[in-house]
Amino acid sequence: MELNAKIPSGPIEQRWTKHRFEMKLVSPANKRKYTVIVIGTGLAGASAAATMAELGYNVRVYTYNDSARRAHSIAAQGGINAAKNYQNDGDSVYRLFYDTVKGGDFRSRESNVYRLAELSVNIIDQCVAQGVPFAREYSGLLDNRSFGGAQVSRTFYARGQTGQQLLLGCYQALQKEVAGGNAKVFTRHELLDVVVVDGVARGVVLRDMVSGRIFSDAADAVVLATGGYSNVFFLSTNAKGCNVTATWRAHRRGAGFANPCFTQIHPTCIPPSGEYQSKLTLMSESLRNDGRIWVPKRAGDTRAPGDIPEDERDYYLERLYPAFGNLSPRDISSRRAKEMVDRGHGVGPLRNGVYLDFKDAIARLGREKIRERYGNLFAMYEKITGEDPYEVPMRIYPAPHYTMGGLWVDYNLQTTIPGLFAAGEANFSDHGANRLGASALMQGLADGYFILPLTIGDWLARVKPGANTTDHPAFRDAEREAKARVDALLAVGGKTSVDTFHMRLGRIMWDKCGMSRNAAGLKEALDQVRQLREEFWRDVRVLGSGDTLNQSLEKAGRVADFLEFAELMCYDALARDESCGAHYREEHTTEDGEAKRNDEKFAFVSVWEFRGVGEEPILHKEPLTFEYVPLSTRSYK
Amino acid sequence: MEFTLHVWRQSGPAAPGRFETLSVKDISEHMSFLEMLDLVNERLIAEGKEPIAFDHDCREGICGTCGLMINGVPHGPLGLTTACQLHMRHLKGAKEIWVEPWRARAFPVIKDLVVDRSALDRIIQAGGYISVRTGSAPEANSIPVKKIDADMAMDAAICIGCGACVAACPNGSAMLFTAAKVSHLGLLPQGQPERFDRVLSMVEAHDREGFGNCTNHGACQNACPKGISVDFIARLNRDLVKAALTYKPYEITAV
Amino acid sequence: MRRAVSLYRTSVGKKFYMAVSGFILIFFLIAHMAGNLKMYAGPEAFNHYAEWLREVGYPLLPHKSALWVMRIVLLASVGIHMLSALQLYLQSRAARPIGYRQAQDLSFSYASRTMRWGGVIIAAFVVYHLLHFTTGQAHPDFRAGDAYRNVVLGFQNWWVVGFYTLTLIMVTFHLYHGLWSAFQTIGANHPKYNPIRRPLALVLALLLFAGFMSVPVGVQTGLLSLQSSIAEKEAGVFHGAPIHEGGE
Repeated sequence: MELNAKIPSGPIEQRWTKHRFEMKLVSPANKRKYTVIVIGTGLAGASAAATMAELGYNVRVYTYNDSARRAHSIAAQGGINAAKNYQNDGDSVYRLFYDTVKGGDFRSRESNVYRLAELSVNIIDQCVAQGVPFAREYSGLLDNRSFGGAQVSRTFYARGQTGQQLLLGCYQALQKEVAGGNAKVFTRHELLDVVVVDGVARGVVLRDMVSGRIFSDAADAVVLATGGYSNVFFLSTNAKGCNVTATWRAHRRGAGFANPCFTQIHPTCIPPSGEYQSKLTLMSESLRNDGRIWVPKRAGDTRAPGDIPEDERDYYLERLYPAFGNLSPRDISSRRAKEMVDRGHGVGPLRNGVYLDFKDAIARLGREKIRERYGNLFAMYEKITGEDPYEVPMRIYPAPHYTMGGLWVDYNLQTTIPGLFAAGEANFSDHGANRLGASALMQGLADGYFILPLTIGDWLARVKPGANTTDHPAFRDAEREAKARVDALLAVGGKTSVDTFHMRLGRIMWDKCGMSRNAAGLKEALDQVRQLREEFWRDVRVLGSGDTLNQSLEKAGRVADFLEFAELMCYDALARDESCGAHYREEHTTEDGEAKRNDEKFAFVSVWEFRGVGEEPILHKEPLTFEYVPLSTRSYK
Repeated sequence: MEFTLHVWRQSGPAAPGRFETLSVKDISEHMSFLEMLDLVNERLIAEGKEPIAFDHDCREGICGTCGLMINGVPHGPLGLTTACQLHMRHLKGAKEIWVEPWRARAFPVIKDLVVDRSALDRIIQAGGYISVRTGSAPEANSIPVKKIDADMAMDAAICIGCGACVAACPNGSAMLFTAAKVSHLGLLPQGQPERFDRVLSMVEAHDREGFGNCTNHGACQNACPKGISVDFIARLNRDLVKAALTYKPYEITAV
Repeated sequence: MRRAVSLYRTSVGKKFYMAVSGFILIFFLIAHMAGNLKMYAGPEAFNHYAEWLREVGYPLLPHKSALWVMRIVLLASVGIHMLSALQLYLQSRAARPIGYRQAQDLSFSYASRTMRWGGVIIAAFVVYHLLHFTTGQAHPDFRAGDAYRNVVLGFQNWWVVGFYTLTLIMVTFHLYHGLWSAFQTIGANHPKYNPIRRPLALVLALLLFAGFMSVPVGVQTGLLSLQSSIAEKEAGVFHGAPIHEGGE
């Protein structure tokens, strides 16, 4: 596997400009002769599809959702970063670049991150022009807030629904292109395979989820904007439908998968309330500004929180990190919470959470002030748990939230398969080993609006338009394989439901490849995942038929892919024998129990090559160099 | 909790549907409504019966995918809540629970509780956007927007497109959905150039899709999980009448 | 004209026409009610008023011309009101071919659910009402020119009063929802005035109910009879010259 990142040379500030000049162009008259397939309609997919259609390409878009407006980008709450420096507080493109590289714990590409920071300002312009109702000041100018511990206020937001508003902007732009005829959107369609001939992506195999029809579509380029894989843990903050199938199928066809073990865990989610729990709900991190996190000092203490006297409580974050206390970074707070629960200090009926207590804040600021700040969140918490957080402390627990890993892409967002591109959370590109708050939306839109529509032209200009058709026998073969797989799932006729397998997989991954990992556990996980996969193919029960809407069948296909993918995650976590960012290996800690990076041996991107199900994949390395942001260690003591 | 569940089963778009009655036991009140359905499905699968198809995705009340008529109320009795965020404790004491799909000609049933809401997409295609070529946008702060306008636009823009307004409306009208988008864009300076074309085309598309008309019952507002106000419908009406009577000649095709 | 027609073609446009015709009919009702109160001024005053309605505008205009203009405007309003109602009803009925097994009414008010069948009752009443007091075919002892007598005799029959009352209740519901709804439809909404739209509709609906009901109640209680004349008592109620068609 050749890893040519195609990073332009020269000063970092000029690389993107220089690259844009060096790329080949498709003449305006020829654009309509080219067809691009886009899978996924989140921020990256919808913005890329809309922009490419607007440029004149023929775009066909597929989404598993019933409308392009529903992709999970819609659930992002906090905001989107941009180096506008509207607050005159010292922000700049360079500072956003610097913060992002550092936040990613030096496991991302400097050039990509710089370009992201550079484009961040255009994103805001674009979105405002589209009618995204960002929060404004009384002056009528845009408001900002500081987010995720940043020292500058550079986050643009639309109440607690920034992701929704940005996605609706892209969705509307895409619908305009649909009306204009340049784009076609096929809803309730899911990708089953990527078709590669002579090492080049030629199209995809899809399933119409309503009719069950399996068919192919060919194009001059294929874009995967299919999001992340947090649902490998079963319980995560992702939507139920989020899956790894597209990126995994591409990987199986030859696309390198980068850094799959980099998964971000969000510290403030509502803990599961029972075995039936189907997903986890995120509570804004801002709650940690006023809430105090604690657990009972005595393990197994079952008293009600109000009955536990002050001196029998352990405010562990305040104790361990006096400087940052309850505002310690996401990974640290998450890990500490897990540690407390694992040691038997967990609270709540299932002893699976820690308290986030507002009693002191209410006493200090008054109930009204707290209601003003967190009223919505408190109401949401009460709706879900039935407990009133003004009276009883909230219970929180970390949950998988975002995956930094994804398909390896070069500077053009092209995967190791020519003609196959990956955008947004589906690629590995910009966040390194950890993502800063309010940066995911920025990356999705930078990829979709400003990078991909240009870089894809460089590829298209090199190929003959319309050369790929579904007449090629490779399409027949891929369709046949996909059909055989669907039939196989229906034919197992076992006893156990798909969800049961998914939950068991999630349990293994959460315990052994979750927010803290060790070599022994990862090896166990590899065995357990393999066993579970075999059991799945022996004992899964998928009822109904393949030629109607069949949600069990859809789930079964996705879980089957997760069961293969999970192994890769464990291999990657095992191979990365260091701690960095969200990847915490228990073997590599400082004396204070913090993550200990090993830049000498691990300053690279792990890129995995598929060799077969159950076979150990091959690790390739893309070395990372840091010319602009000097390698340093973070400290929150 | 223990109750009788009456749920609409329909094997396909053309198939006749019927209510299936299930006796449901051992339900925790902490489950969400959809988790209850998950569990019912697990039990059906164990018995070798096909599970109930229902739409859902984010399960945090924002994607707008889920939509169930629960005991005669879209998204259930809690108010300002989507079905995925409704918890069983809010149905405490209910001996019988009726679950039906959204009912509207424009929302044909695909299977069981799953309906096709693509008509809403087509209303957006008719003009629910601001045309701005990527890259051509002016500097974001070059056009100030009054805070009150931005806030009102946001009040309309929070629509999740779930279709509860249509489901609740005695006339099967999607006017609240249409009005929310017309108002969101019409309140902003960026939305002015296309404002009147937009309202004319979107209302035309709305009627063409086979939705009913708005007779101001207000049921949509009461059913809306985001609490969008019918004031936006008045806004749409004003814009439409103004557009039809004073805006440049515009041929509106017959309904 | 083309614009007016294209407006009517949209569902919102039909509602707009319904609202505008509704406003005209509301003005008519107000005037009609004010005229009815003339009953309390005695037979002569009332009959004179009824006669005046036919001659209003004369000698500037030919005999009965103003009356006919009014009649045409009213007839057109009723026609548009009913036609748009019918078309909108058909559109809405088609929009939900299969109903719910269980459906709770989430409407703002019960009144909004009575508009259609309430409207039908009102329409039926209007036909009867014209035959009763204007042309006389439905009246037991109709005398052209003596409107006062026709009214008193007409309302001495309890089932006539019953039908009249039922219709007025429907009219009250119809106005309570209809007036507010018309404001919505023509887009008359403003945060400052929105809170008064409902009360305004309620007050107007109730005032009309009380005003119209006072006549049959007066007849039934004997306050208005062929013998008595209590002209001066109620004279103060009557302001200005109502434009009115039939004398009842």
